Amino acid sequence: MRSWRFWLLIALSLVLLLTLAVACGEDEEEEGVTPGATESPAGLTGELEIFSWWTTGGEAAGLEALFALYPDKCPGDVEIVNATVAGGAGFNAREVLTTRMLGGDPPGSFQVHMGHELTDTWVTTDNMEPLDSLFDQEGWSDVFPQGVLDIVSYQGKPYSVPVNIHRANVLWYNKTVFEDNNLEPPTTFDEFFEVADALEAAGITPLALGDVEVWTSVHLMETVLLGSLGADAYNGLWTGETDWSGPEVTAALENFSKMLSYVNSDHSSLSWDQANDLVISGDAAMTVMGDWANADYEAKNFTDYGWAPTPGTDGMYDALSDTFGLPKGAPNPDAVTCWLRLVGSKEGQEAFNPLKGSVCARTDCDSSLFNPYLQSAIEDWKSDTIVPSLAHGAAASQGWVTEIVDAATAFVTDKDVAAFQGRLADACVGAEVCS
Amino acid sequence: MDSEAAPKPETAPGLPRFSVPHFLRRLSPERIASLALIVPSVIAVGVFVYGFIGWSALVSVSEWNSVKPDYTFVGLSNFKELFGHFRFQADIRNTVVFTLLFVAACLTIGLFLAALLDRGITGEGLFRSIYLFPMAVSFIVTGVAWRWLLAPRAGVNLLLERSGLGPLKQGWYTDPTVVHVTSGSRLGEALHDAGLGWLASPDFGIPVAMISVVIAATWQMSGFVMILYLAGLRAIPEELTEAARVDGATEFQVLRHIALPLLRPVTLSAMIILGHVSLKIYDLVVAMTQRGPGFATDVPALFMFETTFAGSHFARGAAISIVMLFSVSFLIIPYLIWSLRREARV
Repeated sequence: MRSWRFWLLIALSLVLLLTLAVACGEDEEEEGVTPGATESPAGLTGELEIFSWWTTGGEAAGLEALFALYPDKCPGDVEIVNATVAGGAGFNAREVLTTRMLGGDPPGSFQVHMGHELTDTWVTTDNMEPLDSLFDQEGWSDVFPQGVLDIVSYQGKPYSVPVNIHRANVLWYNKTVFEDNNLEPPTTFDEFFEVADALEAAGITPLALGDVEVWTSVHLMETVLLGSLGADAYNGLWTGETDWSGPEVTAALENFSKMLSYVNSDHSSLSWDQANDLVISGDAAMTVMGDWANADYEAKNFTDYGWAPTPGTDGMYDALSDTFGLPKGAPNPDAVTCWLRLVGSKEGQEAFNPLKGSVCARTDCDSSLFNPYLQSAIEDWKSDTIVPSLAHGAAASQGWVTEIVDAATAFVTDKDVAAFQGRLADACVGAEVCS
Repeated sequence: MDSEAAPKPETAPGLPRFSVPHFLRRLSPERIASLALIVPSVIAVGVFVYGFIGWSALVSVSEWNSVKPDYTFVGLSNFKELFGHFRFQADIRNTVVFTLLFVAACLTIGLFLAALLDRGITGEGLFRSIYLFPMAVSFIVTGVAWRWLLAPRAGVNLLLERSGLGPLKQGWYTDPTVVHVTSGSRLGEALHDAGLGWLASPDFGIPVAMISVVIAATWQMSGFVMILYLAGLRAIPEELTEAARVDGATEFQVLRHIALPLLRPVTLSAMIILGHVSLKIYDLVVAMTQRGPGFATDVPALFMFETTFAGSHFARGAAISIVMLFSVSFLIIPYLIWSLRREARV
């Protein structure tokens, strides 16, 4: 007798739970009605969710410019949802993206760095649709450089559309400070240290660094690795051909360590753009940053800046690119495909890049639309050796990059080259690239 | 479910002092209603708390190190690797330092404020509210506010500079120094002779940057401890303190020999509450300092989040969460046993 009461009770509560579940489910179905209406003959409808970490200044303006072009390129009535997660060169956004993708809630399309960041995380694990037919239809294999096509492809098929190219190995300097002290921008590490000593003697911080977000010190490190090792040996680091424990890497890390002795003492409390402010005010003479720093100077109406490749990297283009792809199971795939068409198109890239402060991934953009720095970058892009950026996801998998970032965090403080090199070598083994 | 005791485990946690045989004999409508209300939450807690703890434990002994789940059993190798990882070693050091300083500071300041307020001063209610208000703010807000207050070029440093105390300026949370016994020092050599030479390393030091975080956390939580102590002080019978005073005890002696021993249960409760807050701390550190210079303010929860969702090391992240669960359990479980025994005695 009691037993049936007990089961009745369980049954009652289950009914209660089910009622709740059904009630919630109905809500979802109501929301789900909109994408179902894409079949309308008038064109594309429904929502298109674009996930990125472009929230401020020129990058947000560039994204808005692309959104404004969307209705022209893709007739219909698509409502674009701008889903952004601010901060950290995309580190925060990637954390959110991981939970969404694994939770079965992929956005329509998401911003991702070309290279291993996309390939090792989402392509090898079968979460992305191949885009070979789209590339064929649009004739993109002719307009994107072969180096870029190689980086966005996996097993011969492209998986994302690059919208821009940034250069990581740029040394920015305050022209007046250099002129006042009769200095030339350094091209080698020896020259750099000479210039830095002279600046320090004049009471000026030689190198501005803001590594409250740790990727900036990794960014500096990658330019030093590139400058010290050269392009081939640098590329070999990511394939296991260059020995992380070797003397060349030791020498590079010693250069890095010495460079760190010339940075502002409060670097760990500043962001990269606050470090830029030190260059603008003349408190510091130089900073190493990607060419988005150019957009920052423009936004702050500062014109007295000069640029050069970082020491030892003349003729090398340390590249990173923002790309978009089509996740498997994305809602409204037709609208997403049209978005990808726009992102890869000449008019899309010409609208986006001058605002973002980057150059086109396509080789046929009109360079008169760009400012003097970017025009020089367009020229370099055509002639330089292209190498993938580490801090910005092109060179290594996310898991590997986070290990390197952790090791660099400790190194910036303790300057222990031997321990750092050991950890870097371990990280390469952990990433299953070295044995 | 054949015996009559079957429903007992379902209901026992919520209704501890029930006459069980009677309950089994008759299910009144109210009781059905109360059970119906409790069962969904029992199921939800079972799935979303204990189920997920179990799942985390499973992941922590697996080989899942990309976004693709891989449940190959690898034993305790994730834990072994974790305890050898330089970042986790720094995290353990930081958690121990933070917990000790934070709990000690909160207890001292809380007791001090409570002793002052217990004098029966005018405007006691006002002061009580002022000291308790920081509790109403979330750790994220506290973190942001103190990040600005302790920024090297703003806040407290600016105040010191403007008031002519420039030399007292600090690097605060940007200071990478780890105060530790150096192996060359006399103490370091003494430790070495005692076979404890390994203690003389930054791994067993006090990261200076952590003190800034302790200041912010103490600002937030010491008012809460004050309220606990104030209630405890008010519960001490007047006769005891009066008798001590008649015997010629000074106010300090009354506090030291009468109040403090009687406040021991309050102190224990406060230590448990503060301890589990500090072992799990995440939001304050994220908003205020992140990992800090050279991991000076890094904590296990931060490492867990970054390694899991930025680095896709899911197995390692799960292992960190299991270590955190154990460390909190070591604190909470003895306390629960102790308080249940006390209740049973009463």
